Amino acid sequence: MSFELETATADASTLRRVAIDPVSRVEGHGKVTLLLDENDIVQQVRLHIVEFRGFEKFIQGRPYWEVPVMVQRLCGICPVSHHLAASKALDHVVGAPRLTPAADKLRRLMHYGQILQSHALHFFHLSSPDLLFGFESEVGKRNIVGVAAAYPEVAKQGVLLRKFGQEVIRLTAGKRIHGTGAVPGGVNRSLTRAERDGLLADVDQTIAWSRDAVHLVRRLHNADPGLYDEFGSFRSNILSIVGAKGELDFYDGTLRVRDADGQIIVDGVDVQNYQQLIREEVKPWSYMKFPFLTALGPETGWYKVGPLARVQNCDFIPSPLAEAERRVFVDYGKGGLIHAPLAYHWARMIEMLHAAETIKDFLNDDDISGTDLMVSGPHRREGVGVIEAPRGTLLHHYQVNDDDLVAMCNLIVSTTHNNQPMNEAVRRVAKRYLSGRKLTEGLLNHIEVAIRAFDPCLSCATHALGKMPLHVTLLDAEGREIDRRCTSGDGGY
Amino acid sequence: MKQTMIMLDGMPVPFTEGQTIMDAAMAADVFIPHLCHHPEFKPQGSCKLCTVKANGRYVSSCTMFAKDGMEVENNTPDLNDKRRTLLQMLFVEGNHFCPSCEKSGNCMLQALAYELEMLTPHFDQFYPDRPLDASHPDVLLDFNRCILCELCVRASRDVDGKNVFALAGRGITKHLIVNAKSGRLADTDFSRLDRAAHVCPVGVILEKRQGFAVPIGKRLYDEKPIGQQMERLAERTTKVEDSDG
Repeated sequence: MSFELETATADASTLRRVAIDPVSRVEGHGKVTLLLDENDIVQQVRLHIVEFRGFEKFIQGRPYWEVPVMVQRLCGICPVSHHLAASKALDHVVGAPRLTPAADKLRRLMHYGQILQSHALHFFHLSSPDLLFGFESEVGKRNIVGVAAAYPEVAKQGVLLRKFGQEVIRLTAGKRIHGTGAVPGGVNRSLTRAERDGLLADVDQTIAWSRDAVHLVRRLHNADPGLYDEFGSFRSNILSIVGAKGELDFYDGTLRVRDADGQIIVDGVDVQNYQQLIREEVKPWSYMKFPFLTALGPETGWYKVGPLARVQNCDFIPSPLAEAERRVFVDYGKGGLIHAPLAYHWARMIEMLHAAETIKDFLNDDDISGTDLMVSGPHRREGVGVIEAPRGTLLHHYQVNDDDLVAMCNLIVSTTHNNQPMNEAVRRVAKRYLSGRKLTEGLLNHIEVAIRAFDPCLSCATHALGKMPLHVTLLDAEGREIDRRCTSGDGGY
Repeated sequence: MKQTMIMLDGMPVPFTEGQTIMDAAMAADVFIPHLCHHPEFKPQGSCKLCTVKANGRYVSSCTMFAKDGMEVENNTPDLNDKRRTLLQMLFVEGNHFCPSCEKSGNCMLQALAYELEMLTPHFDQFYPDRPLDASHPDVLLDFNRCILCELCVRASRDVDGKNVFALAGRGITKHLIVNAKSGRLADTDFSRLDRAAHVCPVGVILEKRQGFAVPIGKRLYDEKPIGQQMERLAERTTKVEDSDG
């Protein structure tokens, strides 16, 4: 099936092609192509993911205990998410679906540090230049260096917030990036008193700055509600995990889906049964798959994930300052779900505040200095792990053979869930702001602003190998095409 | 009786009759990079990392007997350049992906690459196809990382008396095999308590389900670089204990 503006109805050879390549200030490599007719009316818009990583394939045949360390190499921005999702899946394999309190809290601490640093990076380094200077502002200053010159205090807070999150990761995982802290069945390290005190010295400042960031985004919304509420906005279902009491929980829970009106349509789904809930569609023009709710089908079953979904999907946030901010946010929606992509930033900062508050709670909990770090039980052949990564719901699914080697791996990563929503957002923006106008860099940046709101990680999103359609063109020395091959969805030519 | 000496990088180092240059250097806490040498086993001089210049000639220090008055060059830019090149060739010949290798931090090959400041593999990667042998219930063999040091061959033959491992093929096709009709480790009498299970300097012979149990910071080469671990290298006769009691 095809959505509006996904595929031009006119002959593509008669249309003018404009490419935004690469999309900047996002993780990984992607591009957007626009097809315009002679009147500059947009006829087709596609977000393409132009890299592929192949992790699902080459993890096969490797020992399962290597997986949490290997798969996190999908990404350098939120590797902890993959590290933990894989560990959680393999906890089931080693017969340890429930960890010791120390291990559970240390993993959570690592993950909340990750949420904090990733959200800070996204908002301050990648997106704040658009929001503070304007989408069509001077391109040479529309970056973090420009922010540092014009708003030095904001830039400083962004850098130091991220640093704090990275320190939490270093102390729980062993390294700031690509550590080894979580192992199937538990963790391999705990925090010393001195390490906890070092983080506690900075945590109140971190909470205060996180709260300031929420208020900054809120002011931006209130200053220009017309733009922030409408820009690229579209209605869709939302999906995330929620905790046992319906609370916001980034580390564990069951799957919940609300429809575009905010009504809960699926709740309490054990992630071990995710395949009954979600299916994935492959399209010939993208390396990234398109997930949808099985019961609703690809046309209406797609959904948003990530901060905007989580903050509205949960019943409450279990930390006081973030919960107060959530209430303000929900009130802004006047009883309905907020679907505006730019509201992702607001929700993201509320989550960052919650992460900071939760980190403080863990740092004051003696369990994180515990020594009972590992459990094991009867081994199983299969496990599914879920986690709310900074960008949204992340699923890892493994099957292990009799020799302890991975026989099957399926990853559904956050950005993949948001594939259709991101395409939808850029089509709305293209139609509203670009269609019929002479294109400028500033206008094209509108497209990128819409993509950035989702905080996509394009490198993580293209992990599959063997399933995506791949075009290979052979050119001679003069650039003439002499042969062309195209793989089909099943990997054959 | 006069103490016999070699001059190692200009420093007098005593030795006794029958000691190699490597033996004398180790006894004097002088590090000579090496991979296939292990004080517990008969030296064979195959990896060539321990090459030194003795009286102006390149020799393997683990097999060359020390001689009184011998002038030996060890820590020189020329020798370290050659050692680095040897390391680079070892890296590209196998599949050494340190970022996801559980031996990372405990691996002599990696430690020497740091010690000798190897920054890139330099040569084109071979990317050989070397399937794992995960058939044994307790031990995994990841041949991707084999550097043909033959320590497992020697340990299994000379200490365990089992002859589980051998090298087969010649030249560039030489590779480690398991002495069983099926070629599978599960079809031998190999045990995780064997000496051979604990001598691999790289990540080929691994006890299963251990993985990354040791945190970063507590691994063998986290605290001190290999060149400063002479005492441990000289006393590598590790006790093999049954962790199940």
